[in-house]
Amino acid sequence: MKLRICHLYPRELNIYADRGNIAVFRQRTGWRGIDCEVVEAGLDEAIDPDAHDLFYLGGGQDRDQALVAPDLVATKSDALHRAADSGAVVLAVCGGYQLAGHGYKATDSSALPGIGLIDADTVAGSDRLIGDLAIEVELDGELQRVVGYENHAGRTRLGPDVQPFGKVLAGAGNDSESGYEGAMRDRVIGTYLHGPLLPKNPWLADRLISWALQRRTGRVPELEPLADELEAKARQVAIGRAGRRSG
Amino acid sequence: MALSTMPSMRRLAYGIARAAGVASRRLGRGGGTSVPGAVLLRLRPNAIAELAGGLQDGAACISATNGKTTTARLLAECLEQDGTKVLANTAGANLGSGITTVLLARTDERFGLFEIDEAALPALADALRPRVIVLMNLFRDQLDRYGELETIADLWGNLVRDLPTETALVVNADDPGLAELGFGDREVLWFGVEDTRHALEDVPHAADARRCRRCGSGVVYDAPLLGHLGHWRCESCDLARARPVVAASRVDLDGVHGQDIVITTPHGEVRSRLALPGLHNAYNATAATAAAIALGIEPQVISPALSATAPAFGRAERVRLEAQDMLILLAKNPAGVNQNVRTLLLEDGPLDVMIGLNDRTADGQDVSWIWDVDYEPLIPRLRSLTLTGDRAYDLGLRFRYAGAADELIHTQPNLPLALDRATREAASGGTLFALPSYTAMLDLRQELVRRGVATEFWRDG
Ligand SMILES: [Zn+2]
Repeated sequence: MKLRICHLYPRELNIYADRGNIAVFRQRTGWRGIDCEVVEAGLDEAIDPDAHDLFYLGGGQDRDQALVAPDLVATKSDALHRAADSGAVVLAVCGGYQLAGHGYKATDSSALPGIGLIDADTVAGSDRLIGDLAIEVELDGELQRVVGYENHAGRTRLGPDVQPFGKVLAGAGNDSESGYEGAMRDRVIGTYLHGPLLPKNPWLADRLISWALQRRTGRVPELEPLADELEAKARQVAIGRAGRRSG
Repeated sequence: MALSTMPSMRRLAYGIARAAGVASRRLGRGGGTSVPGAVLLRLRPNAIAELAGGLQDGAACISATNGKTTTARLLAECLEQDGTKVLANTAGANLGSGITTVLLARTDERFGLFEIDEAALPALADALRPRVIVLMNLFRDQLDRYGELETIADLWGNLVRDLPTETALVVNADDPGLAELGFGDREVLWFGVEDTRHALEDVPHAADARRCRRCGSGVVYDAPLLGHLGHWRCESCDLARARPVVAASRVDLDGVHGQDIVITTPHGEVRSRLALPGLHNAYNATAATAAAIALGIEPQVISPALSATAPAFGRAERVRLEAQDMLILLAKNPAGVNQNVRTLLLEDGPLDVMIGLNDRTADGQDVSWIWDVDYEPLIPRLRSLTLTGDRAYDLGLRFRYAGAADELIHTQPNLPLALDRATREAASGGTLFALPSYTAMLDLRQELVRRGVATEFWRDG
């Protein structure tokens, strides 16, 4: 068994410690004796939709987002659509979430193209939505709280072809009005949660690993439980912080 | 300017502000570091320019993500040894209110030396009209507060464009993020590190400023030195590192103890034995030297001044504990912590380390930055590791996913208990290394003061 990850634009999209999410995939497979392969794909590099089962797209600073957006459309959009349509996992965080949608419109009305993997539009707001964020997520019939930190100017509105990733318990989420956070279709997830996302949400990490392995083998893998005591404690602290957030 | 000659409204405003300072000190609020200034600025928005007019020998401003406190200290020592009495602010008072408070308390000092928050620099430089501005570096720091580096660089660009020609600009040639700020024909006193024996094999993981500010192409390095600082050039256009006029030509690092440094300047060589460890402090000393040269101070004054400078509060500060020493290395952003880690690795033998992480306003509430730090090389060298602060468990996760054994990771959010544990575990007669975030450093020092082993900070220069 092998988890095959494609990490998109690690050089450009790494502003919110995205490599922490990759470290979680590596260790949680390694601790269970499962191989993990991470292939990086940068600017100008084509990707093979069948060579990877999990695609990771992080967030960047404005300049890097602007550099990546047209490249994503030109060199990777088709492959990502084919991968997503055949059950691959795509996790897009922050700026990556925006680019996985239809695009991003800035306050000066300049715009970045998206790849439409997620039916969502993002428009810059006048202020940034910043702080701890807790949401409630249901995956495969199981309800869980997911926690992290958000820091984004974009307000994301979802279209009819996509569901929210979760319901906001504390914090702003997609636009601070809808009460929802992130977006989801098939096994594609877009979210504003970083911190990074996965170390404090091992349940979500294992779910994504499980989905990716399932695409490869056709079977739902048995993932043995791990001793996640530190994860639980760090999670409690973050949930407490989110609960105390005002506004 | 004497109070009696002031118009009455103005006099009233200054009187109220000073009274607020006394009241705030009586209430024990952090030594009253910025209350009077905040009050005065409400009453008289122009107060900084008015007060700065009293500095007969002018002022200097230093701004950077990392190193402004230490550089200000080094430059203050140069000025003092040159016979200039210096009025200076402290790290916790680097915004308008803090600087106004310091100016209000001026007695007979003739020169003002200010370390200034990156985002606050343009407005404050405009009010202070300094003789010298030192632009040292921009690193990723406190994402929740500052937003993005490009924004700060553009703010600095506007400042440079509007600057009177008589203001000397001292700029780090090794930071590609500071190139092309719009210097035009203006003369820039570039400083940098020439000793490429300290080059890294590769630019660290989360380095910033990897894109050319002129054309947007990639920046490549002949010698990466510290984070994204180094000997760089654009891969497409002809923008490249300027040749530094003031340059650290030889840097011999001596672990956590200090370093020997040779700095070449147009007026001769500066040779010093710094009590400050690590290549980041070589940059600080070179920046201070360049600023001193710009202020007309001679190398023979600068050399002993740099050697005589003691570490600033919490920045490589050594404290004697019962059974061992503690060395406090402020750890507030990825570039700074990577430097601390690099400095610790120069030590022989196993290491005892305590790391503190808080998520308060002054630390940055978003703690995801710890995932950009390269803690990995430290792990095989650790004998004991104690993790503390509001976000001790986040640090625990950072080390767990970096591959540290669960038995090594000890988390204790309560600082006094963590300190007990860390000192118990650390070798007697050795050194316990403490790497706290900003407010964790304040908490740690307060605890050390309570235990009678360190002095309170407002008594600290
Ligand atoms: Zn260029």
